[in-house]
Amino acid sequence: MKKSLARYIIIRLLLTVPMVFILLSIVFVVLRVMPGDPVSSMLGGHAPEKVIEQKKQELGLNRSLPVQYVQYLWQICHLDLGESMVFKEKVTKAIADKLPATIELTFFGMIITLFMGVFLGAYAADKRRTAQDYGIRLYGIVVYCIPVYWMGLMLQLIFGIWLNVLPVAGRVGARIFTSDFEKTGLYVLDTLMARDFASLGDVLLHLVLPAFTLGIVLSGIFVRLTRANMLDVLKSDYILAAEARGIGHRAIVYKHALKNAFIPILTMMGLQFALLMAGAVLTETTFSWPGMGRLLLERIYLRDYPTIQGVIIVVALVVAMASLLVDVVYAMVDPRVRY
Amino acid sequence: MISGFTGLGKKYGLEWWILVVGALIILAIVYMAAFPGTLAPFSPYDQETGPQLAPPSAVHLMGTDNLQRDVWSRIVFGSQTILRVAVLAALVSSIFGITLGLISGFSGGWFDRVLSLVMDSLYSFPGLILAIAFAAMLGPGVVNIMLAVSVIYIPTYFRLVRGQTLSIKEELYVEAAQAIGASRFTILWQYIFPNVIATTAVVFTLNVADAIMTEAALTYLGLGLPPSIVDWGMDLAMGKKFLPSGMWWLITFPGAMISLLALGFTMLGEGLAEILNPRLLER
Repeated sequence: MKKSLARYIIIRLLLTVPMVFILLSIVFVVLRVMPGDPVSSMLGGHAPEKVIEQKKQELGLNRSLPVQYVQYLWQICHLDLGESMVFKEKVTKAIADKLPATIELTFFGMIITLFMGVFLGAYAADKRRTAQDYGIRLYGIVVYCIPVYWMGLMLQLIFGIWLNVLPVAGRVGARIFTSDFEKTGLYVLDTLMARDFASLGDVLLHLVLPAFTLGIVLSGIFVRLTRANMLDVLKSDYILAAEARGIGHRAIVYKHALKNAFIPILTMMGLQFALLMAGAVLTETTFSWPGMGRLLLERIYLRDYPTIQGVIIVVALVVAMASLLVDVVYAMVDPRVRY
Repeated sequence: MISGFTGLGKKYGLEWWILVVGALIILAIVYMAAFPGTLAPFSPYDQETGPQLAPPSAVHLMGTDNLQRDVWSRIVFGSQTILRVAVLAALVSSIFGITLGLISGFSGGWFDRVLSLVMDSLYSFPGLILAIAFAAMLGPGVVNIMLAVSVIYIPTYFRLVRGQTLSIKEELYVEAAQAIGASRFTILWQYIFPNVIATTAVVFTLNVADAIMTEAALTYLGLGLPPSIVDWGMDLAMGKKFLPSGMWWLITFPGAMISLLALGFTMLGEGLAEILNPRLLER
């Protein structure tokens, strides 16, 4: 079992290579074929021809497309994402600065989604064909149709402006110095390790609105999925057997049935990670959250080719890793799964 | 007619009513887009229609913005942009996705393998991020944003149609058609395509709902359209600037309309899916 699982992980890791390669190739070509380039966005439209040519020479943009492509791939093979074409910085550095913010946001968003989705879904299945069930199903559909950025704006309006109880922008308040605790960039973890509980409180406070925005919008899918799975499980023989043995109704639904319904939900979590990343990009812009989404948007206007390509690669890898992680956990939780 | 209508409601229960409500929402907004003059008291571009940044009142149902334009009138005219972009984008991606899926599934071989790999890669990547990249590269414009949105949904249709084509081409009637000497094109077009198209109807409806939210996301980010076009997402982005001063009407109404339109198509799609094929959504 252990050996085959290890083999499975290696195969899955190898399978992500063509995926990243294909995405990268598409983005690479599209970036260079479409109008605009980093030199003109940097120097403005009125720079003399000679200066533009010289700059292009420096950045290697005057070489033919296939040559540039091969060079870039060669660089990637050495795990080097190159240097930004607009700013004097390594692409890996820019991404390393922003990635933790996005990971922290998506992590807490996912937790909220799971809690709300699974609980509401299980409750709806238990109360099948009652007003509560219809209400929760309607919630699932409606919430799915709310654009995540609008949800963010409305929560900002209600809790940030009208009630004035929660911060609406950034990761920390003005009086907190992140340099005091910053190590991993995951501020919740950092403040915990530094035992700086005042800062931890501030960090958590700033997380509330963005994480709930992301969490609520995605919870609709999980409501439906949990409900459907629970209905299947509740029909099965071992639930009937548990009832016959006189186990309390609540214990049957929320302990026995939910445990079994949870496995397919776990698989779904891996698949939903792409949606979560997309939602994170929009949440970041709404909440001025300094993450990958804002980095991408900023650099896309500047046509900073290496940084854009780097962000695409890292996002693809994060999504692939998340789905792999979920599959591995799945294999550990469910003893029936063999690879 | 009436008894048939409620009869269907009895037969399918909640699903039927979900479908009906969804269809009504869509019809109302389509009417808005088709006959804006009957609903909007002002032109969406008209400045100085009243006081600046005024809250909703009898004259301005949804208030006014910073350029003294009537928000309700902009909502009415803005429905044209989002409907056009979302429906056209879904059409373009379904045409490409279905065609490629049919050919790929039917012909098999290395072509099928390579195309499947490309489509799977696109499918697993966050679609919105890809759309952002395409929209930014293409520059502002209605056709450009439509293309950026349509690219990311091609894999959805491709995967669905390819899978079905693979199973249908093994059917006896396809074999029979081959035996009597039907050309490959005839088999694809007359024997496989009609059997594939039914399931794509549901996916198309849900796809429009998704495209609505993607279109609005792109214009909200300032990527999609020139400022001369009236659009809900752009109005939302503009209203965001006045959020700190509590001007709630500037963000509440455009956002609610985006949700409502997406909700209409989602409800129609869900209802259709349940009625046509109850197991489709569980997969």
